[in-house]
Amino acid sequence: MWNQKIAYVDLGTGKVETKYIPEEIRRKYLGMRGIDTYLLYNHIKPGIDPLGPENVLLVSSGPLAGTPVPSACRTHVSALSPLTECVGSTSMGNYFGPELRYAGFDHLVIKGKAEKPSYLWVHDGQIEVRDADYIWGQDCFEAQKSVKAHHGDEDVQVMTIGQAGENLVKYACVRTGLKATGGRTGMGCVMGSKNLKCIAVRGTLGVELFSDADKMIDVCYKLWKEKMSHRLHYMDKEIGRGGFFGNTNTIGLIRNKNFQRNQMVDGTDIEPENLDRFAIGRQACFACKLHCRFRFKLTTGPRAGEYAEGPDYTTLGTMGAELDNESMDEVLACGELCDKYGMDNMEIGSLLSWAIELYEKGIITIEDTEIPLEWDNIESKYEMIRRIAMREGFGDVLADGAELAIQRIGEESRYYCIQMKGMSNLHSDERPTPSLALNVAVSTRGPDHLRGRPIQDLMALPVPVLEKMYGGGPMSSNYNSYVGKARMVVASENRSALSNCLGTCGGIGGGGEVGGLKEVVYLVTGLKLTQEEADSIGERVYTLERMFNNRQGRGRKDDYLPDRYYDEPTPVGMPMARGKTIDRKEYDKMLDEYYEFHGWDSNGVPTPETLKRLDLTNEPSNLL
Amino acid sequence: MAKTISVDSSKCTGCRLCELVCSVKNEGIANPYLARIHVVKWEFECFEIPMLCRQCDVPFCTAVCPVNALYKDEALGRVVVDYDRCVGCRMCVLACPFGGMKYDTKGQKVTKCQLCDGDPTCVKFCDTQALQYVDAGDIDLNKQREYAARSYQQQKEYKESIGPEVGHPGPADTVAPGWGRWKGGE
Repeated sequence: MWNQKIAYVDLGTGKVETKYIPEEIRRKYLGMRGIDTYLLYNHIKPGIDPLGPENVLLVSSGPLAGTPVPSACRTHVSALSPLTECVGSTSMGNYFGPELRYAGFDHLVIKGKAEKPSYLWVHDGQIEVRDADYIWGQDCFEAQKSVKAHHGDEDVQVMTIGQAGENLVKYACVRTGLKATGGRTGMGCVMGSKNLKCIAVRGTLGVELFSDADKMIDVCYKLWKEKMSHRLHYMDKEIGRGGFFGNTNTIGLIRNKNFQRNQMVDGTDIEPENLDRFAIGRQACFACKLHCRFRFKLTTGPRAGEYAEGPDYTTLGTMGAELDNESMDEVLACGELCDKYGMDNMEIGSLLSWAIELYEKGIITIEDTEIPLEWDNIESKYEMIRRIAMREGFGDVLADGAELAIQRIGEESRYYCIQMKGMSNLHSDERPTPSLALNVAVSTRGPDHLRGRPIQDLMALPVPVLEKMYGGGPMSSNYNSYVGKARMVVASENRSALSNCLGTCGGIGGGGEVGGLKEVVYLVTGLKLTQEEADSIGERVYTLERMFNNRQGRGRKDDYLPDRYYDEPTPVGMPMARGKTIDRKEYDKMLDEYYEFHGWDSNGVPTPETLKRLDLTNEPSNLL
Repeated sequence: MAKTISVDSSKCTGCRLCELVCSVKNEGIANPYLARIHVVKWEFECFEIPMLCRQCDVPFCTAVCPVNALYKDEALGRVVVDYDRCVGCRMCVLACPFGGMKYDTKGQKVTKCQLCDGDPTCVKFCDTQALQYVDAGDIDLNKQREYAARSYQQQKEYKESIGPEVGHPGPADTVAPGWGRWKGGE
């Protein structure tokens, strides 16, 4: 049953309107990323300033959040991205999303701009805009502690920005708890631009269930058992998602020293097994058995002595491999510094390592940067991260994101910058793997591994198995090949979009699979979806995101990789990863195939038949 | 022997699945606020401990109940509320030093952990075995064994650090340093 509503909050006037979401919308978009994309398409006018009051900030939770359904605890934050000016979309775990539902809301649509620093206090169907003087200027951890103390309740959940968000760093993130981060596409910057420091929620209303309690318990128990039997979760429970770092580094699929190498010289110390020497326990998101994160006390750096959680795959990769830190202590210290100020560590890793490479090559000098940027100078890395968050000196240049930074430094720096659509890539090197390269280049929100990375491609599955999985051929088991990779990417994108609409974690069950989706949705909400409806949701949402980007002036020209992918062969790595580049012609062919599988024309614009098939002809239909 | 729910805070990951399934099972709604178990957190100091009714042998709640609506069920080792007698005065809520008695403002009744009639749902869902349903007499044995294993490991490491000839090697299959606390599960 849906006892949750959508709320429209105007920060300028403090006015709040609430209503229920029509079933028609639920059937087409389900919730979370789906409905957020719909709202984005309807409420954002083309050509607006992402940091102006016309931008809308969307905060939402999935239709299964707050129920015992496995790992359905995600929070989704969406807006027009200040970094890419495309669709801004990011999701995070922890306790915020379920608490939002317990407070009676599925979606918050935050419009306008507050006159002075404010925060939203959401509790049991009520939303108030409150004065945030007492927390403005605090970092992500202090702010959460202050709000919890102010309301006198430890169970208040806070989604906040740090100093980086207040200073409008383009890739500032939103954070909740010690670890959960909605990092990509600069949603913290949008919050900062609205003078909104945080959103605090506390709910006692609960989520009403459609089916009876005993049935729910039985079904969830079975689902958990099924999910946890996945082999991957043995790794998750022991060392967390960081476990992937070791094998990708060994093969040679990571970026080291920006893009100069594809393997670390010595990455043994930053393999997650070594976290054992810090670890004091495990931490889980809301109602999740996976507990995929470590807890530890920091030993070095500006935050030494404080407690922290993590790290995951990207922290190890960006702070370790890209910045060439070979000691786990330093990786954790850098990662936690980004967390404190509230910045996306994928962007910091990419941009900072880019700046260090430019410094090494002499494109920027000490006169530009004021402090020496060197691979083995950890103190300067700490200082640079702080300066980016505070927008001091050269930090101000990097704080503007890749595209503006290139303009300020000079065009000769463009070649060295690994960015697509204005957003930096994560720490992985996709030259040996065309499927992953295609995925990062075409991803609607910009490059990263969380929106449909076809990770199955690395597992060398037999061709008949692949043909069965992806419903056709030709396919190839070789990850160096270009055959059938577009098909894989399309299927992964649609599935990850569906998983984001449900609000389940991509980590569980081996990459966002949602076993028994229709049945679970029916048991929790009473919404009976047909198989065709369930299958089309992911594709519809992904296509609508593409339509949004096209409306923002993006197209085929933005679906290419940086030149370095085509021109520089990988220097090291295992035989299958060494000496590889992306072939321009083959890539073009793969891109054509990709558009064809999605039902888009050769410019990446959905064809009228596709729009009709997905029931998108009437968009924007302004129903919400 | 009557069983009881043993709590080991060092294994707790703070996920609150116990709260959630407790509310679904007992109240029919997913609402941790109404759960009879509550994970108390110091989130930024990485510590949490699940709190629930201790099923005392000489319960404070039964002692203060003016209408004898609370009584000790010896067979399952639990304290039970007789809702036919309960008048909702909430004396038990005041008296319980652990916060084991809860007043549900929506259902207008006092609630407490009644061990799900011998099959506690929270224990069933707890993956790290921070919650275990064991014979009351076995709790100390389990804790002794766990603590001894940790202590043994430290001593072994110390002995190895000062030289191979000092001390004996000990059993081979003991818990690896720091890992045993969250190993477990199915």
